Amino acid sequence: MRDAFAQEMTRLAAERADLTLLSGDIGNRMFDQFKQVAPERFFNCGIAEANMMSVAAGMALSGLRPVIYTITPFTTTRCLEQIRVGVAYHQAPVVIVGTGSGLSYAELGPTHHSLEDMAILRTLPGLNVVAPADSAELVAQLRDALDAANPTYMRIGKKGEPLLHGGSAQLGIGRANLLREGTDLLVVGVGPILGEALEAAEIAAADGFSVAVASLGGVKPLDYVFLEAMTKRVRHWISLEEHGITGGVGSAVLEWLAELKGEPVRLKRLGVPDRFLHELGNQSYTRSKLGLDASGVYKAIRQELMA
Amino acid sequence: MIAAPPSPISVAELRATALTLRQRLVTTSASAKIPHLGSCLSCVELLVALYWQELRINPAQPEDPDRDRFLLSKGHGAPILFQVLAERGFFPLERLEDFGKAGSVFHEHPPKPGYIPGIEAATGSLGHGLPMALGMALAARIQQRPTRCYALLSDGECNEGSIWEAALLAASQKVHTLTAVIDFNKWQATGRSQEVMALDPLAAKWEAFGWHAQEIDGHEFEAIEAALAAARAETERPSVIVAHTVKGKGVSFMEDDNNWHYRTPNPEELAAALAELEPV
Repeated sequence: MRDAFAQEMTRLAAERADLTLLSGDIGNRMFDQFKQVAPERFFNCGIAEANMMSVAAGMALSGLRPVIYTITPFTTTRCLEQIRVGVAYHQAPVVIVGTGSGLSYAELGPTHHSLEDMAILRTLPGLNVVAPADSAELVAQLRDALDAANPTYMRIGKKGEPLLHGGSAQLGIGRANLLREGTDLLVVGVGPILGEALEAAEIAAADGFSVAVASLGGVKPLDYVFLEAMTKRVRHWISLEEHGITGGVGSAVLEWLAELKGEPVRLKRLGVPDRFLHELGNQSYTRSKLGLDASGVYKAIRQELMA
Repeated sequence: MIAAPPSPISVAELRATALTLRQRLVTTSASAKIPHLGSCLSCVELLVALYWQELRINPAQPEDPDRDRFLLSKGHGAPILFQVLAERGFFPLERLEDFGKAGSVFHEHPPKPGYIPGIEAATGSLGHGLPMALGMALAARIQQRPTRCYALLSDGECNEGSIWEAALLAASQKVHTLTAVIDFNKWQATGRSQEVMALDPLAAKWEAFGWHAQEIDGHEFEAIEAALAAARAETERPSVIVAHTVKGKGVSFMEDDNNWHYRTPNPEELAAALAELEPV
């Protein structure tokens, strides 16, 4: 995903003279091509995220379209006040990109996990909070974000995530898409972890269960038209996210469902439990330990449908 | 289009303007119960010099993209900035009759742009204004605009780490179009700024961070003008003007008395203050 981000940023730098890229001293060599296209618009802001965020807000208030890139905890909770005041309150159209989100850097420990970012940032008025499932969704959302009047936070994965969307998907901020059709149960979620849901749906199909999988693209804004249509088609839902169970996609969908008049839907939330993780391993080990891999999602599907 | 350069103005006129602004400030503080009087009184000359001598701004076109930017990084100085903007013609003075009233935009801190002409950023939280001004200066460089950017800081604000993060980046980026002015009134909310966070030697700290640093008497118009001119002449480094000031300046019983960080004058104190703020 991050390579797709870097390539798209290079294309965008050539297309738009107002684009700037601010890095928190990461991405060594990753932005070499961007720097060739627009050397005067690349800034290594050092390991000083609070300042970087306010600098981006200042640039945006002067008519530029800054994109900030660093590891997720450092570009979110580390400088939350600068996001709240400089970016969100001013409605300065900054694009904040957090790389290695969720458990991408699981083995680096809780300092590098980001399991609260969506929950916290979706409380800020006027800030889009998106989490693309694959590179295609990332590119579409990045382009939308740079055309939007308001700021966007985007959490992305790391390297090598598979493409999940088919060619016909209508991608962009606030747009949900079905990755797989199904009638018995719907997995709604965000991010590359939806690959686990697709695998789980395949396993469940062998049991005769028809499981749909949808990428919501983010938690704010939610695609309410899509969600409402799905409530009329599927009664059992599971939410899936590589994020804490508190306040993320599952919570956002539940908040909406609770106030919805009409078809009752049962929603089971899957996410990281409300604790810091000390049993460290790589991303797939950690997903597996937490029941967030294909096997864990499959178990949850069976429990929901057999209950 | 280039914003209008400031017209020449005499020191006597600047002093008269400063006096008028102090009168309105203490009157409003008393009637609307607006605090931070001491912090506002210490930076009157700095603001008057900036707005009447230095900034290339045109109150008739407050969003001219080529204008200079001024950010009140010490956002609690908003009560005096609002007086400055009204007097400078950004909006009618009558708008300040709403100061402190429920539903008004004129309260203790600057709101985001769009509500009060001339306000460039919301800065009630300290440590935000200088980094945002740095972003605006970098934007002007990319956009090849003549814009210079100014931020007025308090000494207490220099406790914030983000100020020093901005200082480091501005120096590495050689943003010589950025000028920080520090209203060094030696107090912060609850104590002497030197005792709370060991600021001294303040100018030397900025110098060590790669800035062109000057120290002046922040109540002397000639000194302020000379320092701003020297900052403009600098072609490599960002500039800082460490302006030695007196908190509560201009009202004898408020000067260097930190109780006036939060207190507002009662009717007797207002009368006494205004008696001292008569033209000589």
